[in-house]
Order: sequence, then C-alpha cells, then structure tokens
Amino acid sequence: MTALKPVLVFAYGNPSRGDDALGPLLLEALENQVGTNTVEFIVDFQLQIEHALDIQGRRVAIFVDASVKAEMPYQFSRLMPLRDRSYTSHAMSPAALLDVYQALYGSPPPTFLLGIAGLSFELGEVLSPDAAQNLALAVEFACRLLSGSAEDILAAAIKVVPPLDLPVPA
Amino acid sequence: MYEHLETAVNPAGLKRVVVDPVSRVEGHGKVTLLLDAENRVQQARLHIVEFRGFEKFIQGRPYWELPVLVQRLCGICPVSHHLAAAKAIDQLVGVDPADLTPAADKLRRLLHFGQVLQSHALHFFHLSSPDLLFGFDSDIAKRNVIAVLAEYPEIGLQGVKLRKYGQEVIRMVSGKRVHGTGAIPGGMNKALSRDERDYLLQDIDQVLAWAESAVALIKSVHTANLPYYDEFATIRSNYLGLIKPNGAMELYHGGIRAKTDSGTTIVDHYDYCAYTDLIHEEVRSWSYMKFPYLTALGKADGWYRVGPLARVNNCDFIDTPLAEAARVEFKQHGGEAMVHSTLAFHWARLIELLHCAEGIKILLRDSDVMSSHLLVQGEKRYEGIGVIEAPRGTLFHHYQIDDNDIVTKANLIVSTTSNNMGMNESVRQVAAEYLSGRELTEPLLNSLEVAIRAYDPCLSCATHAVGKMPLQLELVDAEGQVIDRLIRHSDGEFEHGLA
Repeated sequence: MTALKPVLVFAYGNPSRGDDALGPLLLEALENQVGTNTVEFIVDFQLQIEHALDIQGRRVAIFVDASVKAEMPYQFSRLMPLRDRSYTSHAMSPAALLDVYQALYGSPPPTFLLGIAGLSFELGEVLSPDAAQNLALAVEFACRLLSGSAEDILAAAIKVVPPLDLPVPA
Repeated sequence: MYEHLETAVNPAGLKRVVVDPVSRVEGHGKVTLLLDAENRVQQARLHIVEFRGFEKFIQGRPYWELPVLVQRLCGICPVSHHLAAAKAIDQLVGVDPADLTPAADKLRRLLHFGQVLQSHALHFFHLSSPDLLFGFDSDIAKRNVIAVLAEYPEIGLQGVKLRKYGQEVIRMVSGKRVHGTGAIPGGMNKALSRDERDYLLQDIDQVLAWAESAVALIKSVHTANLPYYDEFATIRSNYLGLIKPNGAMELYHGGIRAKTDSGTTIVDHYDYCAYTDLIHEEVRSWSYMKFPYLTALGKADGWYRVGPLARVNNCDFIDTPLAEAARVEFKQHGGEAMVHSTLAFHWARLIELLHCAEGIKILLRDSDVMSSHLLVQGEKRYEGIGVIEAPRGTLFHHYQIDDNDIVTKANLIVSTTSNNMGMNESVRQVAAEYLSGRELTEPLLNSLEVAIRAYDPCLSCATHAVGKMPLQLELVDAEGQVIDRLIRHSDGEFEHGLA
C-alpha cells in the first residue's frame, strides 16, 4: 500500500515480560528521533516465517532483540543464514529467518542484529534498572547508525562490525 | 483407556526417560516415561513445568487496559486473548454480544478469521508438515520447514504466504501487527477504509485456492496411510465448543455444545456465562496445568477435547460451501458419528483454515466492515465473561471489577488446559502401543511429540530472548542417576555428555 523503504529495523519482544521489552522500547525511542523516510520500523512479539517476506527488497535489515548472551550493554553483529533449531518452534532466531529467506529467494540483503543485554524476563515485570541503562546506550548507538541514506547506514553498520568495545555500566 | 499409565504402581527401580522440552509446540512442557528392565512403559506423563500466573498479571489493572494487555499473554494467539477479553469487557460496560453494531460484530469476526487462518497455517506448514510429509521417523535433519521449502517449495511458500495474509488481515483491522486496539469496550475503534478492504481483496482468491490445496494435501496424506493415521495416538473422548443457534460451526460467539464419544449431545446452546456450573478444574500434583472436566459427568468420564477436531465433530454443518464439502468428506471417512483420530486434528484444522478464507472473502464484500457505526454503550456491570473459539479451542476470560473499575478477580481457561487430559491420554496411547518394550530411539521419542503437536498446544507464553529455550534430553538409570544428557541450545549448538 506504501512504497517499500530501503532500511528495515525489526524489533521483537513482549513488552510485559520485563527486559524482553528492550527491542520494542528501542523502536519506540527511535521513532521519535530517526527520520522515517528511509527507515521502516516494525515491531512484533516474536519472529516467524512470514517475516522473511519483510526483508524482501531491502538494502539493509537490522533486527533488535533483548539478549541474555550479550556480554556488553549491547552487541551489534552481522547475521548470516543459519539452519539452527529455532525453526522447530513458534519463535525463530533471526539467523534461521535468513535461512528461510535464502530458501525462498536466494541471498538476503546485509542483515545485522542489535542485541541489548537483559536480565529478567518474567511475565508482569517492568524493565530492570541495568536493562534501562543498556537501552539508553543502545538508543544512542542506533541513532548514530541510522542517519543519512540507506548506503550511509549500510556503510556505518559494516564499519562497526565486529561488535563495539563499549564499557559495561557499573 | 490408558489412565492406568498415569501413575506407576511401583515407581522405585524404574528407568526414567525425559523429553524436555517438547519441541515444535509453544512454550515449555516435558514428557517423562518410566520403564521397567524390559523397556515396558509403566508410566507416561506430559508435564507443564512453567507456572504462568496469568490471573495475577491481570488483577489490579483497570479493566479498559485489558484488551491490549492480555495480548501479551501469548505471542502466538494475541488476537484470541484480545477478543475474549473484549467480549468480557463489553459486559462490564453493559453491552451484550447481541447489542454490538453489525459493523463492530463483523469487524471482530474478520479479525478473528485472520487470526485463526494465520495460526492454523503456521502450525500445519511450519510445525507439523515436516512430520507428515517426510515421516515421523525420518532423519531429524529433515524434520523442519527448511527441508519442506527445499523438497516441496510450492507447499512451503504457500504456508508462508497464508500466514502472512492472516497477519495482514489483523494489521488492517486492528491498525497494527501487535498491540492493536481493534476491539474496545462496546465495539471497535476503527472500520476498514476502502483502500484497506481493496488491499485484502486483491489476494483473497489466491488464498482460497491455497487453502483448498491444503485440505486436499492433508486428506491425501491421511488417507494414504489410513489405518495408521486413524489409530496413532487415538483416544475416544467427549468434545466441547461453541456452536451457532442453527447448529453451524462458530468461532466467535455462540452457545456451548458438548457431545460424547458416540455423538450423543451432553449440553447444547448452553449459555457460557454459566460455565462455572458446567466445568470444574482438577489439580494434580505433578503438573501446573489443571485438568478440566464436565461436572455432570465427573472427573473420570467428564474430560473433553476442544479445538479443530472438536469443532468439526460437534457442528451440524459449516456455513461456507467449500469447508462444508470438506467437512462432509472428513466425517464420512471415519465411518461413525465422531472422528477420534488425534492426527485428524490436522485435517480438521485445515478445513477450518478453508472456512476462515471463505469467511474473510464474504466479510470483505460486506459494506458493513467500512461502516462508521462502531460503538454502543450501556450501564456498568461488575462481572464480565467472554468466550471465543481460539485456534486451539474454547477460550474463557472471566473478570470481576470494583467501584473503581479495577479488576479484582480474573479467571482464564485457555484451550490447551482443556486438552490436558487428551494430550496425556494420547501420550500414553503412543507409549503403550508404539514404544513399550522397544529400545528407545530419537524417532520413537519424536512420535510422542507428534502426538502432542497434533493438538497445537500453547504450553506457555513465549520468551524468546537470545539464548533462551534450550532442549534437554536426559537418560536416568534405575537408581535415578543421570547417565547421559543431550542439550540443544536455541542457536543450534549441541552439547552432549555430563557437565
């Protein structure tokens, strides 16, 4: 119904499950700070096979999720298609989603994952204080990344991979 | 049936096998088997190991928050919770289902058809078709949607696109993919614009064709190996679900119909607002999930199944022509009043998917969905009950509020809870008939999961942060010592052996 924007930022998570809200909250912050002519923001509870179709036709795609693996406040990394086991559940990993994309359409566009460190994920919890600090740093980073044209954004994304060496908050 | 395998007479000294968690289902559950020295199954249970606390999550909130809030209970069927809550909250503002404007009623039904269509497409094509197309005992590396896309690209792509279409219906009706506020107390907050309606109409004929193909596919898969498909995991049970006043299948609003395994009617057009008189829930010490039963029949005989198989079994007809023709064929194949095959859940599910596609087309051609008459008001009440047929079965939301509009009591019976006994019986049937006395292998253990997956259970809300949701398989010897362990992390890494 509207023209496809060249940059996709896709955040996923459940806003009522504590730090699982990090992805949706980052998008909420970015929507007020980043121009939406180039960037399309999509939020969902979890990744599913049909989201492969959202990647189609993009110049660059960035997934945003809470991470229990991130050793830093946030980690920005390149994603490649990977046949992991998450496709056997209702919720897929972004790498598995790229694998689905590859099976459907061939090589996916350059795709990245912004994982924001979270600690606690119980139903009904609010964001933990540590996660809130991590979110603020991730928002700063994402605002810097998502400026200019799609080519500028892609160049900036490639430049910061491997992950930024950021101080861990006390 | 197989209830004698719920609890072993003498568990001491038995070998224990654990499948934890069950994969390709929503949430976290595990199966435990107790085996004697000859590998004969003495006990088999499906446990739900996460306490969800949904009611606590809801209590203390203002009621008007609930239609949005309850969507967060489940990442897979948020719209089902949204609509069940909306129906309950209609009553809190003094509006009964019959009072809704035609536009609001039809928009909610359209939203619901979109939800059921996408959920059924996900379950069949993504989670179950690998088992059904390649075989339960096929190479584990093949039992996934990627292999389906590789070997059956047309079928795989249809599944992806059917799911996408259902999501688009939800997005157009509610305004957003998630957290939409389509339904509000007393009605809907927006109609479809002409552009939105036309956008959805563009693809509906293609969606209908795919849905018909899906029904043909599952029928051919099921009938190609008829004795096995009719017997595997099969149990006889009562069935419960909503029904239209004329006996037609109903997904959004109706009375409750329950039938016995022989098709005798237990209750019909029962007012769901009196559900507490109809259903009781039993607690068993070994599972967080309760065991509901029809009070009049008692605990032993009153358990029932819900969901696609129950709905297709219970209804007199389906009021869309293609799905009705498919239903007639489905019922004929069984040769008796009710179809009990657990694997027939898949067939029934796809008949419903076809019904949803037909229902969407009918509603998109109805100008009421673009009407601005969306809201009605009434006098405040202190109690509201909303029931719908969610993709997995009958879903109950029940709230009480105080003078300040705060929820003081909430009770939810989710579909999977109603199928708890059925899933356990199916697990025990497979354990007794297909596993007992044999050397346990991964394909045999997968057959347990195949039985559970047929119900499309939603065992808990998803939390999917990177690094969550591993799978663990333990082998425990007769003395209770763990002697081997296999862990599968969500990123695909395997860890084998004892730490």
